Formats: sequence, structure tokens, C-alpha cells
Amino acid sequence: MPAPLIEMRGITKSFGAVKANEAVDLSVAPGEILGLLGENGAGKTTLMNVLFGAYAPDAGEILIQGEPVRITSSADALAAGIGMVHQHFHLAPRLTVLENLLIGIPGKSGRIDRVGGLARLAEIGRQHGLTLDPDLPVSALSVGEQQRLEIVKALFRGARLLILDEPTAVLAPTEVDGLFSALRSMAAQGLGIIFISHKLNEVRALTHRCTVLRHGRVAGRVDDPANTTSAAMAQLMCGHEIVPPARGPSTPGVEVLTLEGISTSQHSGTPLRDVSLSVRAGEILGIAGVSGNGQRALAEVISGVRAPDAGQMTIAGQKVSRFSPREVQALGLGRIPEDRMTTGLVTNLPLADSMVLPRIGTAAFSRKGLLKPDAIRAFAEAQIKAYDIRCPGPMTRAGALSGGNLQKALLARELAFDPKVLIVSQPTRGLDIGAARFIHEKFLDMRAKGCGIIVIGEDLEELLVLCDRIAVMYEGRIVGTLDSADATIARLGLMMTGAEGHS
Amino acid sequence: MSAVFEQIFQVGFLAAIIRIATPLAFATLGEMFSERSGVLNLGIEGIMLLSAMTGFTATSLSGSLWLGVLVAVLTGMLMGALHALFTVALGLSQHVCGIGVTLFSSGLAYFLYRLIFGQQSVPPNIKGFETLPVPVLSSIPVLGPAVFNQFSLVYMAMLAIPLAAFVLYRTPWGLSVRMVGENPRAADSAGVSVIATRFQAVILGGALMGLAGAFLSMAQFNAFTFGVVSGRGWVAIALVVFGRWDPWRSAGAALLFAFVDALQLRMQASGLGHIPYEAFLMLPFIFTIVAMAVMSRNAVAPSALLKPFRREER
Ligand SMILES: Nc1ncnc2c1ncn2[C@@H]1O[C@H](COP(=O)(O)OP(=O)(O)O)[C@@H](O)[C@H]1O
Ligand SMILES: [Mg+2]
Repeated sequence: MPAPLIEMRGITKSFGAVKANEAVDLSVAPGEILGLLGENGAGKTTLMNVLFGAYAPDAGEILIQGEPVRITSSADALAAGIGMVHQHFHLAPRLTVLENLLIGIPGKSGRIDRVGGLARLAEIGRQHGLTLDPDLPVSALSVGEQQRLEIVKALFRGARLLILDEPTAVLAPTEVDGLFSALRSMAAQGLGIIFISHKLNEVRALTHRCTVLRHGRVAGRVDDPANTTSAAMAQLMCGHEIVPPARGPSTPGVEVLTLEGISTSQHSGTPLRDVSLSVRAGEILGIAGVSGNGQRALAEVISGVRAPDAGQMTIAGQKVSRFSPREVQALGLGRIPEDRMTTGLVTNLPLADSMVLPRIGTAAFSRKGLLKPDAIRAFAEAQIKAYDIRCPGPMTRAGALSGGNLQKALLARELAFDPKVLIVSQPTRGLDIGAARFIHEKFLDMRAKGCGIIVIGEDLEELLVLCDRIAVMYEGRIVGTLDSADATIARLGLMMTGAEGHS
Repeated sequence: MSAVFEQIFQVGFLAAIIRIATPLAFATLGEMFSERSGVLNLGIEGIMLLSAMTGFTATSLSGSLWLGVLVAVLTGMLMGALHALFTVALGLSQHVCGIGVTLFSSGLAYFLYRLIFGQQSVPPNIKGFETLPVPVLSSIPVLGPAVFNQFSLVYMAMLAIPLAAFVLYRTPWGLSVRMVGENPRAADSAGVSVIATRFQAVILGGALMGLAGAFLSMAQFNAFTFGVVSGRGWVAIALVVFGRWDPWRSAGAALLFAFVDALQLRMQASGLGHIPYEAFLMLPFIFTIVAMAVMSRNAVAPSALLKPFRREER
């Protein structure tokens, strides 16, 4: 094995009382793709931010080609040849691709070196197949293109080590293939790569070696990921075995949600066209489809955020008349929105406040227009305990929680009031196996209790495990509904391209 | 009525617009640099007043106009640095600190002025800047005498506009300013110091506000009075929004405001005497409010405006 390109030794980093990293060792050789695994909150991002100079470690050292170096800022890290693609991109949407690339790069005779920048961009494009239009504003790029820009940005500065923090979480399957071939091409040219992911099949396909973190410590290493089972890796990550949830036979009851001929008009997303569906008590209905085919409009109509132009909706047998979130909620609908941070919680308020927000006016949390802070706090504390939400306490800023813990908080908030129908979008996006497993179990519990659940998702494997029936959306219509016993990934995939299915 | 209009629209009118626009252009560009880096500077009103005072005093004591301008600029830079210290280095509220800087600078200006000049029945004045015709250009009919027979500070303002646009859009530093104003984390991870860039932008902004103050007390009024700024700083803040944080548009906004202001001055002086002059005085401000309401609907502020940057926070 060649001498390590980068070595981290004994890295320790705490945030207040939380030990995010404790005595972590890690090394990457030139040309090597190292997988960094761990559940949410295991400390992967923190460790990489230490390497990239964004966080100062409390203890430990970093060696580059055997020489100890001090990295105290991202400028140091860049100078040492370390580039990082953050999970949340570090781009300015209103500046152009080229401007985002040239930030921090010295100019030529006092001006931005546009010509040099274009040449270098073209060269990187040729080398790794990463092409971008230099003069588009970043806001016009797709998520995949933004990620490409982040990678190009690192290469632009001559990175010899590239860190990617959960790069595939935001990509469609076809985009993942493109990313992997670019990463393999870079590794073949001697770059070291650190690849963070929850998705074990991806890790097994791409990486040469893995380091697994659990609760901030190294839980183990995998020397031959391709020939190690996902189950074995999952066990290293979680510290215990993970068995997929077993969905018992369903005993669906009465219809708790029906949509009849719902259409919406043109708005920011794809509108709905004559959508009819129904969910019965004790049943999980999946909505599959490539994102952007009307799923957002569907979720918005069902949660009362948007009124349809035509059609009728009933919840628990009652007709929805005014389409407001308050009305549908009063009828018994619970909702977990797609974007936890923007529509889910108020990130700058204490977690406790966000957890009662939809029901803040009810007698449980207020009286005569005044809040009952003790009741709110007690409720939040109870849910934090019941759902094992990892956070310093109910008064923590909601935005400081990790994705998995946020999702648990949202779930706790909705399930505490025994909804008759629950609508969730992308329930486990970005969550690790353990957290996803937890969420799935809760759904199945609710199903057993007679709640009707709609799961809107892109991950077909997840839908097949979870759902009793799966409807497929294409261009704002439901093109077909399958019993999950008859559904296969291939068949759903075909329907997702618009081919008619069988009802 | 036509007589009134004739009285209003003369060569002198055009010249007046340019003269009124000059301090606004400096101030607006200054505020724009600060805000583009993510720092709202509500200290502008006070900074202009204090600079007007220090510049006037330096000239009055030394007899050198350019020394006065230099002192005014340095004053602006110093107060800019003070604002940056609070808001950028310490990450305190930009609103509160800005108002604090305005109150402090205004108080300091009054205090120092009294200390130096005492109580005088006739306020002291200086021999301020004189107009400096540009050879050849000033002999263009109508435009020449109005635009090219002005104070040298006016020419500086004219040059400052394209220069500001060049710096902001064409230089690496300008790119850094825009980036720290949009996404400081992105700038930080690209190796750009957010703190240093914001300090520099706010201090540069202060220097331009200082020039605005110097123009008022050393070219326009040739004296320092407590009403010498009288809201021009606040107007500049509105003009930045109106100009959508762009140097050219901001300067254009300043020019438009100056047009309305010059118009109301002429109307006051003209035969419309039966209308109380306060009504005319309101005009430019009504214009500002209306213009803001109409034009700034889809103006988008720099994304990181008002947000302090702390690296390890998420
Ligand atoms: N900037 C921060 N401030 C406070 N706590 C943090 C910060 N970053 C991470 N943490 C905490 O450190 C732990 C590790 O988080 P992180 O490194 O993001 O995990 P991962 O990337 O493996 O999901 C978590 O408990 C998280 O809440
Ligand atoms: Mg992470």
C-alpha cells in the first residue's frame, strides 16, 4: 500500500457537552477511495470539517505525506491540496458558475482572470467529463450540476484529496452513475477521495476501504467493502443487527381519505390533473414517481395548503370545504412535509415551540390566548424521551438538530395526536439505516392502529417494503395503482415513465 | 403657468441637479459597498455629519481644502471601522449598532464643534471649493456649463460610479465582497476571510460617506451647521434599495432624487407662493417612498445582509 496522502491522528472535537469526535484515526492513500460510514450524528461531517480547517480540533494532529501540518482555516486546507464538497453546497446562487469558481483566486493585473478561469474549467471538463456553462447563474443549475460545480471548484484549486459529504443524498439514480465514474477517473489519476454515505450498496460499489464511526469514535474498519455484506457494515455502524421491518397482512377498514377528480392550475410545480385516490384505515399507500410530476401539488392539496380548482376531498368521511391547514388538521390529518427545515420546523425557535406549533391554539397548549409554557415544555420533553430525539433539551434551537432527529421530532409531533390519516413526503431522505428503520417501524405501528398513511417517495425499495398499494404519478396524473404483491421495481419504473399500468 | 416652467428649467437647474446628486451618490455608493458585503450601515447619517464637521474644522484651522477632505475621509473610515468592529467582529445587531453609531457620531460632532468654535452669533465659514471648468467639455452648449463647470468633488463622484462598478464586478476583491454578502460560508470555504472582507467593505463605505459629508460642508454650504446632512444619509439607504444594490442603478437613483429635490427648490422659489413651502419640501421624500414601493418590489437584497458570520455555528 502506498504511503498515506493524508493521515488524521487522535482527533477529538466537542461542541459543548457533545463529543462529536473522540480520538479518531483515519488515513487515505493516493488513488484510494475511502468510505466514511456512520449513523446520523456519528461525527462524520465534524471530522471532515476539522480536516478542511472549518472547525478547530480540541486535540489530535493531521499529517500530509508524513509531515505534520497545521490547518486552521479553509485557506490552509486548500493550500495543502484538500478540497471539500459540503452536504449543503457552499455556493452563491445569484453569482455565475465562473464567479463561484473564481472566488478567492488571485486575479491578473488587478482584475478577475476570466480567460484563465475559462481555460481551466474547460480542461477539467475534458479530464473528468465534468462540463458546466460558465455564465449561468448558479440558481439556474440543477442540484446535480451544483454538485458538479462544487467538485470542479475543488479540482480548480488543485485538490489532491477530495472530500464528499453525502454527495448521493441529493442525486437521482442516473446522476449517481455519472458521479461515480467521475470519482473513479479522479482516483485513477492519483487523487485521494473520502466518500461519505449512508447507502451501503453505493459504498460497496465505489470504495476501496472504509472507516466506520459510531458516537464519535472509530467503531471499525472494512478492508474489502466489495466483499463485505451490507448487514455486517450496518452492524458496525449501529452496534447491533438491523433487520428489515416485517409488514404483516393488512386489515384495511373504512376509507379515511378520498380524492375525487382533483385538479389544480398552473403554479410553480406540475399541476394535478384529475387525480382520484383513496386510502383506507390501516393501509399504507405509496405514491411513486420521478420527482416533479405533481407530488408537491398533491401533498399541498391534501395538507390543505393549496385549494384545488376542481374535485372533492374527504377526510374521515367529512368533506373538506375551505382547504386550510387548520381545517384538514381538525378533521384528523397529520402531515410531515418534504423539507424539514423550511416547512417542517421553525429553525430559529426552540424545539419545544416547533413541536406544538400546529396545535398552539388548542386547549392543550394555550388558554384564553396565553400560552402554557409548562405544558409545552412537558409535552416536548415527553416526546424527546419517547422518540429518543438526541438533543440537549426542549429549548435547543430546532435548526441545530441533525436530519434524523428533526424527522423524529416531526413524527413525534404528528403522531402524538393520533391522526386518522398521515401524509409524509420523502420520509427517510438523508437518514441512516437505524433512523430510517425507526421511522418505518412507527409507520407500521400506526398502520396496525388503524391510521391510513400516504407515503410520497422516490425510493422504490422503501415503498415496496412499506406500502400495501403503490400508485404511480406521471405529469400530474395517477397512471396506475398496483398491489405491492404484484409490484416490482421494473414494473414501477416503467410506469414512472408514463406507461399505463393496471388498476 | 408656462412662465413658472421657464423659470424652473434653465441651465442652472441642470447644474443644481448634479450638485444635489453628488453627496447622495457618494453616500449611496458607500452604503452599497457595505450592504453588498452583508453589513447594513445605519450609522451613515451620523458618519456624514461627523465627517462634515471634522473636514470643515480641519480646513478652517489649516486653510487647506484637500486636507479637510482627507480628514473627512479618515473620519468616515474610522467610524466605518467602529461599526464593523461591533457588527462584523462581535456579530452584534446591525440595526442597533448602526443607530448607535449615528447617535454617537452626531453627538460627538456637536460636542467637538462647540468645543472648538464655541458659541458664536454668526457661524464661522470657510472659503470652500470653487467651480473648476473642464477645458473644452465645459464649452459644450447647455450640457457644458451644467455638467463640466462644477466642483472637483463633483468630478470625483462622476468617476467614482464607474470605478465602483469596476471594483465590484471585475476585481477579485469585488467578487469576494459579493460572495460574503451572498453566502459567507462559501467564501470562507474558498479561503476568503469573511471578517477581513467585510471590514474592508464597511471601511471603504465609510470613506465614501466621509466624502459625502465633506462635500456638504466644504463645497455646498461652506459652513458646518447641525442640519447640514438633514436626512441625506437615510435617503441614501433607500436609494441603495431603489438601485438594487448596483452602482450604476444606485447612482441613477441618486440622480432621480436630486431631480425631484431641485424641482421642489425651484418651485419654492417660483410663483407658487400660495402653497406652503413645507409642501414642496416633502416632495422628494414622497418620491422616495413611492419609488421604493413601486420599484423595489422584486429587488432582492444580498442574501446574507444582517447576518453575522460565525464559523462553527450552523
Ligand atoms: N456546529 C455544531 N454545533 C453544535 N453541535 C454540533 C455542530 N456540528 C455537529 N454537532 C453535533 O456533533 C455531533 C456530530 O454531528 P455530525 O458531525 O454532523 O454528524 P454526521 O455528519 O455523522 O451526521 C452531533 O451530535 C451534532 O449534533
Ligand atoms: Mg453529516
